[in-house]
Amino acid sequence: MSALRGGRLIEVAFWLVPLAAFLLLPGYLMLGSQILIVALFALSLDLILGYAGIVSLGHAAFFGLGAYAAGLLAAKGWGEPLSGLLAGGVIAALAGFVASFLVVRGEDLARLMVTLGIGLLLYEAANRAAFLTGGVDGLSGVAMGKIFGVFAFDIGGKTAYLYSFAVLLLVFIFLKRLTSSPFGLSLRGIRENPARMPAIGSPVRARLVTAYTIGAAIAGIAGALLAQTTQFVGLDSLGFNRSAELLIMLVLGGTGRLYGAIVGAAVFMIAQDYLSGVNPVYWQFWLGLLLVVFVFFARGGILGAVEAAAKRLGRSSQERAR
Amino acid sequence: MAELLRLETVTSGYGESVVVEDASLAVGEGEAIALLGRNGVGKTTLLMTVMGLTRLHRGAIRWRGGDVTRLESHARARAGIGWVPQERFMWKSLTVLEHLTCVARPGPWTVEKVNALFPRLAERAGHRGAQLSGGEQQMLAIARALVTNPGLLLLDEPMEGLAPIVVQELTQVLRGLAGAATMAMIVVEQHAELALALTQRAVVMERGRIVHDGPSAALLADRARLDQWLAVS
Repeated sequence: MSALRGGRLIEVAFWLVPLAAFLLLPGYLMLGSQILIVALFALSLDLILGYAGIVSLGHAAFFGLGAYAAGLLAAKGWGEPLSGLLAGGVIAALAGFVASFLVVRGEDLARLMVTLGIGLLLYEAANRAAFLTGGVDGLSGVAMGKIFGVFAFDIGGKTAYLYSFAVLLLVFIFLKRLTSSPFGLSLRGIRENPARMPAIGSPVRARLVTAYTIGAAIAGIAGALLAQTTQFVGLDSLGFNRSAELLIMLVLGGTGRLYGAIVGAAVFMIAQDYLSGVNPVYWQFWLGLLLVVFVFFARGGILGAVEAAAKRLGRSSQERAR
Repeated sequence: MAELLRLETVTSGYGESVVVEDASLAVGEGEAIALLGRNGVGKTTLLMTVMGLTRLHRGAIRWRGGDVTRLESHARARAGIGWVPQERFMWKSLTVLEHLTCVARPGPWTVEKVNALFPRLAERAGHRGAQLSGGEQQMLAIARALVTNPGLLLLDEPMEGLAPIVVQELTQVLRGLAGAATMAMIVVEQHAELALALTQRAVVMERGRIVHDGPSAALLADRARLDQWLAVS
């Protein structure tokens, strides 16, 4: 019981960090909202990779679709943020649902290729449809209305930060409930042993299709959030780099934990911001090194390492008590 | 006794290879059957065929009168066929409690009821599947099948590799389940005498075919036939 209470306290403390950052680091609110949005995007990948075991190198396709959906709505005069967010999620969910039938059929390598292919297809389609998307110049003219008709997006980024934080928290609570439900548990079962799951009543394909669709919807919401808070949609929102970086963030933080996605996104983006400031040309070298170190010395990512250290500490304090 | 499962001249195997040939079998509600035979005669394949996990070359499978020959495996499980596989397949990242809540379906067998049946599982509710002993894993595999509330429970070598004290404990549990007759059971077991003592009916397989179907007690008393089919010393 006390372990449970301790876990809850850590969770509360974890969510107080972004609120503290809002109050203490007003000069970093733009970076902060980017971190929150990317964390949301990473959560969507964690559902499909960390829980359902579907590897993807094209997840940015859904992020970009959500971004363009919300961005286009706002650019065409519908600037109401919440309905724009919903539109981004719905469009991405529809695309995810259709793509899922291709993705869930194969094994890991086939899935990598299919997701990569879907990402490239959408990227080129958006590039070609410059009349609609702005092509390489990006989509501008995204004019956002006030949230609930009250909170306008400000230059300092306060509204964007709190808006992103609220969406991240709500989606996190949803995912936390989903992953601990029988559906979420069965996803973990499917990830570990897909061949035997049907024999205990789990429809593997249907579960994977559902998980992939939900993951795509959340990625779309994250994309829409980025479009609304930056009031711009670039072609890179659909790009391969974004998908690959997302995978790195998730591995860095630790897959299949939800919190790992948030921690990985925060560490990656803060490191990226810091290292690119120190050395604008070779910063990726240090990021690469960081990733290699984590993969070799911290299996399970940052949270995996923290968990292992906590276990070791617990064991040694028990031994001391004896 | 109403009929639950019927196999009609079933021929099945893996890919092109045939393991079970022309097997016909009817199982009534609440009936307990021992499925016996030497290693490699097709007992496990027959159970897997019932679950829809093999390639069916010929024949038909009926469940509560309906044709389930082409029904997918998960739909058969949901229709009421529970399976305790030989390899137990625990999920290493799920706790004991999560193993049960993940698959539980409405019915008389609840998580609380299986915990009462296997108190050791209740004690280890927070342990992960891979952290359990062989006996505990087997208890969990049976409990996991029970909480799906099946009409028929398929048990594939439930005593394999277990310590004698655990075998004793599990035998008691299976005797209780068979005695209650609220659900049918097919038990594949190398310890023929143990399986025959638990069940009312014995089915023997040889080289993929069913060669005997009769009362368990009669086969238990017929040493010569037991030796012939099962090489019991």
